[in-house]
Amino acid sequence: MGMTMTQKILAAHAGLDHVQAGQLIEADLDLVLGNDITSPVAIKELEKMKTEGVFDRDKIALVPDHFVPNKDIKSAEHCKCVREFAYRNQITNYFEVGEMGIEHALLPEKGLTVAGDVIIGADSHTCTYGALGAFSTGVGSTDMAAGMATGKAWFKVPSALRFSLIGKPSRWIGGKDVILHIIGKIGVDGALYKSMEFVGEGVKNLSMDDRFTIANMAIEAGGKNGIFPVDEKTEAYLKAHSVRPYRIYEADPDAVYDAEYIIDLGALRPTVAFPHLPENTRTIDEITEKVPVDQVVIGSCTNGRIEDMRMAASVLKGRHVARGLRCIVIPATQQVYLKAMEEGLLKIFIEAGAIVSTPTCGPCLGGYMGVLAKGERCVSTTNRNFVGRMGHVESEIYLAGPAVAAASAVAGRIASPEQL
Amino acid sequence: MKKATGRVFRYKDNVDTDVIIPARYLNSSDPKELAMHCMEDIDADFVKRVQPGDIIVADKNFGCGSSREHAPIAIKAAGVSCVIAETFARIFYRNAINIGLPIIECPEAARGIQAQDEVEVDFDTGIITNKTRSTQFQGQAFPPFMQKIIAAGGLVNYINEKESGQALNND
Repeated sequence: MGMTMTQKILAAHAGLDHVQAGQLIEADLDLVLGNDITSPVAIKELEKMKTEGVFDRDKIALVPDHFVPNKDIKSAEHCKCVREFAYRNQITNYFEVGEMGIEHALLPEKGLTVAGDVIIGADSHTCTYGALGAFSTGVGSTDMAAGMATGKAWFKVPSALRFSLIGKPSRWIGGKDVILHIIGKIGVDGALYKSMEFVGEGVKNLSMDDRFTIANMAIEAGGKNGIFPVDEKTEAYLKAHSVRPYRIYEADPDAVYDAEYIIDLGALRPTVAFPHLPENTRTIDEITEKVPVDQVVIGSCTNGRIEDMRMAASVLKGRHVARGLRCIVIPATQQVYLKAMEEGLLKIFIEAGAIVSTPTCGPCLGGYMGVLAKGERCVSTTNRNFVGRMGHVESEIYLAGPAVAAASAVAGRIASPEQL
Repeated sequence: MKKATGRVFRYKDNVDTDVIIPARYLNSSDPKELAMHCMEDIDADFVKRVQPGDIIVADKNFGCGSSREHAPIAIKAAGVSCVIAETFARIFYRNAINIGLPIIECPEAARGIQAQDEVEVDFDTGIITNKTRSTQFQGQAFPPFMQKIIAAGGLVNYINEKESGQALNND
């Protein structure tokens, strides 16, 4: 029986010629990641282990990004714990305020994640790096600790769902519309324990930023990982960002999938996930009622990359956010921030009445920089619209891509750029 | 492994880790402090009513969302002895085993147990007994190596015992 992309990567990292779905394996890790929320717990666990330090100081990435710059004293203590651990163990890839960014936007940009890698991260959106043809998956703090100590992790080899992409997305459609459409179709547990493999001739019509957004939200369908094949765009990205050698794995022609879906990118419409689950999707055409909005957030590990900034700016240029609405734009990394400045996007945002923040996960998880009050509604380019995720339990989150988010900021209600 | 016995708190599909432990409390990693806010955004009375040994029963995809290990830590520190669900989100499943919170997948049990029922779970056999309704269900037993992790009291102890955990492939 043939293997999927994911299975081939896992087999190679377990030193096996062949693996099959359901098999328990132990794989070598190329990178172990943690942030300011999950690393302190992992560090505490690591200190209980009978090991000397970490397995490889070059293969650990510590990125304080959730409550950074420190939002309060307790968060500052957590960051201090991570910083001191990084210095004590001479961790090469520790990113302080000033060089940090939101982890899943930062690591590919820094060239730390490449095709063929096996990566675990104590953050559920670690699945993002599948866009580069890597196997990457979210774990908890104890797995992170074990990974830092041993350089290994156990996995149950996943079966896979195959998403064959065809066609070309239209003007206002991005990766977010693609993945929301898919989650709406299969549900928030539609890919539970499985790989989501995105293939087909439509892949070439998706930019790397689109692919990062799609792989990023595989977890919102319950997926273990999301993965794309490596093509010219991927190789160009890898060569521009990394000096590390990469390896391309292709699925066998006789690989077995639990199910196959055909997604016509050309037929997609701007898509919004209504409260309180990412599967509650509606196309913009299906939203017939007026949904007034109090806040718009454009950023996060899902949609804080340069193309997202460009998309939002193209809508906001020469327009102004609705009176009484707060529009918060957060470039995901310092590099994205700088590029947005050089391209004049920040000027567009500020003239439109939006604010621009230093990189942080802040509002996405109701940390700070845009917490919602009771009854407030937010259109957000983030990834979760669970009860209370961004603040009060009676607030509401509508997930969308940057085009709809920016248009909604202007209209003061959920809208697409076509409706402005 | 010791049996779990307790009264049931019953929840539905897709209980996410944001409602199990809201991110506004993640500036702490102290189990006792986390336990004080366990289930706060889905069941504000949970913390007031939970007794040591109590059991959580839920439908599909329990623990979906964020990878925060704080979620199973909060549940364990609140005194819960076991979580039974139709299915678990995979990161929560790993985390629960890694920190030594017993969990068991059993769709039939999830359907046959109501809030306030008195339930007993035998981890050695996987048998779940609803004492209130005098019914029994066969839960999915853990694979042998997961039993070893739980028996060791979590992944850290397991690795300490095994040093590198090399025996996984032989199980």
